[in-house]
Amino acid sequence: MDIEFTEEQELLRSSVQRLLRDQYDFDARRKIVASEDGWSRKQWLAFAELGLFAASFSEDVGGLGGGTLSTMIIMHEFGRHLVVEPFVETVVLAGGLLEHAGSEEQKQGFIPDIIAGATTWALAWTEKGSRFDLANVATTARREGKDYVLTGEKTAVIAAPWADYLIVSARTSGHRRDRGGVNLFVVDRSAANLELRSFKTIDGRRAAEISLRGVKGQLLGKEGEGVTALEACRDRAIGALCAEAVGAMVELNSATLEHAKTRKQFGVPIGSFQVLQHRMVDMFIAHQEALSLMQHLNLSLSADETGVSRLASGAKSKIGYAGRFIADQAVQIHGGMGMTDELNVGHYFKRISSINIQFGDPAYHVLRYAQVDAAA
Amino acid sequence: MELALSREDAAFRDEVRAFIAQNYPAETRVPNPETDLSKEQMLLWHRILHKKGWIAPLWPKEYGGPGWSITQRFIFEQETTRAGTLPPLAFSVTMVGPVIYTFGNEAQKKKFLPRILSGEDWWCQGYSEPGSGSDLASVRTKAVRDGDQYIVNGHKTWTTLAQHADWIFCLVRTDPTAKPQSGISFLLIDMKSPGVTVRPIITIDGSHEVNDVFLENVRVPAENLIGEENKGWTYAKFLLGNERTSMAGIGRSTRYIERLKKIVKAEVAEDDPAYLEFFREIARIELDVLALEATELRVVAQMARGIDPGPAASLFKIRGTEIFQNITELTHRAIGNYGLAIREHPASANYFMPGPDYGHTASEKYLNARKLSIYGGSNEIQRNIIAKAVLGL
Repeated sequence: MDIEFTEEQELLRSSVQRLLRDQYDFDARRKIVASEDGWSRKQWLAFAELGLFAASFSEDVGGLGGGTLSTMIIMHEFGRHLVVEPFVETVVLAGGLLEHAGSEEQKQGFIPDIIAGATTWALAWTEKGSRFDLANVATTARREGKDYVLTGEKTAVIAAPWADYLIVSARTSGHRRDRGGVNLFVVDRSAANLELRSFKTIDGRRAAEISLRGVKGQLLGKEGEGVTALEACRDRAIGALCAEAVGAMVELNSATLEHAKTRKQFGVPIGSFQVLQHRMVDMFIAHQEALSLMQHLNLSLSADETGVSRLASGAKSKIGYAGRFIADQAVQIHGGMGMTDELNVGHYFKRISSINIQFGDPAYHVLRYAQVDAAA
Repeated sequence: MELALSREDAAFRDEVRAFIAQNYPAETRVPNPETDLSKEQMLLWHRILHKKGWIAPLWPKEYGGPGWSITQRFIFEQETTRAGTLPPLAFSVTMVGPVIYTFGNEAQKKKFLPRILSGEDWWCQGYSEPGSGSDLASVRTKAVRDGDQYIVNGHKTWTTLAQHADWIFCLVRTDPTAKPQSGISFLLIDMKSPGVTVRPIITIDGSHEVNDVFLENVRVPAENLIGEENKGWTYAKFLLGNERTSMAGIGRSTRYIERLKKIVKAEVAEDDPAYLEFFREIARIELDVLALEATELRVVAQMARGIDPGPAASLFKIRGTEIFQNITELTHRAIGNYGLAIREHPASANYFMPGPDYGHTASEKYLNARKLSIYGGSNEIQRNIIAKAVLGL
């Protein structure tokens, strides 16, 4: 099972590669991360211009119809360059929810602006104590006329500080952890009674704690189907994040190999030590497996196969452990240099650590994968 | 686990415990003592211990040590790490001090030792260089004799807390023609000397612990040479031996495991399957700690009978650091989504951090702990030592 890319997909890949090579080297990224907002609107518009935001959406909403595989191609390259702009948050999470759960009016109202690079979005589903459970929601939504009013706290929402819109999960009925009663709402980030406290993430992004004290929201999707929509959204997010992680692994392995061939200790390249040779063989194997599983998942997502959600959990776990192994060893083999902020290796390490938290860590997902069997 | 203590030793343990409880300065209890304290704050406890006569447990009595038995030293180490007190300035007290009183001349002992004990001089270590990490004998920093001075040129790196240091002890090459190990000398350099520049290295956790130290035509009085010229490798190896024995870190690991259990209880619901998973993983780490502690106690008992563990001590560095890395990783996982956040530096600026206090340092400690398997002789090197010197491979 190897993906043979179509001509269009190859074109997409090579154009993303060219853009990032020309404009997004490690120094350029460092400057973006160090800037006030921690992302570059200029880069964002360059991505839009290249059609990266249009790539996955269907033609009905103004997209190019490339689906999951185009997202996979983009994210793999973004992973190699440690792109910090909110592509996952805006296009994969919010864009995906709007496209799959939104009304016709919402699709036509919001997606064209996303494709044009005019708006950025963030998805606020995590709460204190919710860990990785999509149904664990205490935030409430009360109907008021044709709108809803939201009250509660959301936590660690990546890209929220400067997002134009948020998609917020909130409960119209039921108790915390009930699947039923959870709904999704589109909220204007600058709406009244919405407060943000921003902070930096380990991988150089910006996130926020969000406090909603009676904030107006617009229902997204069918009443009572919020968790189902979020689950599908998580599966797509995992497909994208796994592609990104595999991209990061490519760079870590090649940097480590290069280092091992050139760094001399005791008069010889450290790559001549068998203990490091075997370690790097294991890193190679871990990447090969991760790449295969990542492609398998994205193909299944694009065919919308049954059981894809379980596969997503399996991939998140396996690729998460593989990424951690590769990142650990890349730092270790680079020695002190691997610990520095100056070298890119530590930044890949941190991005992989962050991916491993988002939407559930490898231990959470292996358990979710196992539970299907245990319940059968 | 406790040593079977004699009545005297038990009384000593109680005395140490009480002294810490009554005298440990509250202001040094910050979220992350390794990164959040000023130089003055770091020295508070050092000075209290100095006044008490306990600052240098390893030192012989004639140079200012407390004259403790091996068991007493071990008890002191155990009590202080369990209580989580700041360790004495390692590069001063544990490292350069013993080199000076073992290999230095009378004038050097008289000049330096009292100032090390009092905390008046802060020392840093000039061993590693960009080209010599695990292969220390490949040092390239040059010292050329010029009358009664040496002129030193080179670049030292990973120099811990050099930003606070008054002195640096350096390995320098004095004979470029000799075999790598035989042309090295051990030189003490005043950090205020013209030509010494310190440049911060920021690590992946965002902190400033280590530095580059550049030495450009630094003039060093020849009287600052330790022992004989070109014999520095012997002194360096002696020092590294001291470094490795203190790396099991049982007390620290035990403290962090207790903390981790509280975090898991606060963060994970008891009916969540992850709850038992966490405790199963914690149990495995606890058993690792128990086994390492038992090994340490066995070695201490042997040392008390005069048996030197020798290179087997490398196992404490290997396992101690692996265990602590596992704990920091599990703690980072336990705080769930808050693991995405990391404190910004300087800590004194009080940047906003989300989530409960107990999680605020989890990310930085997880990242910072990656260094443990690299520094002080990487764990690969430690395994080579055991393979060669213990197993005879």
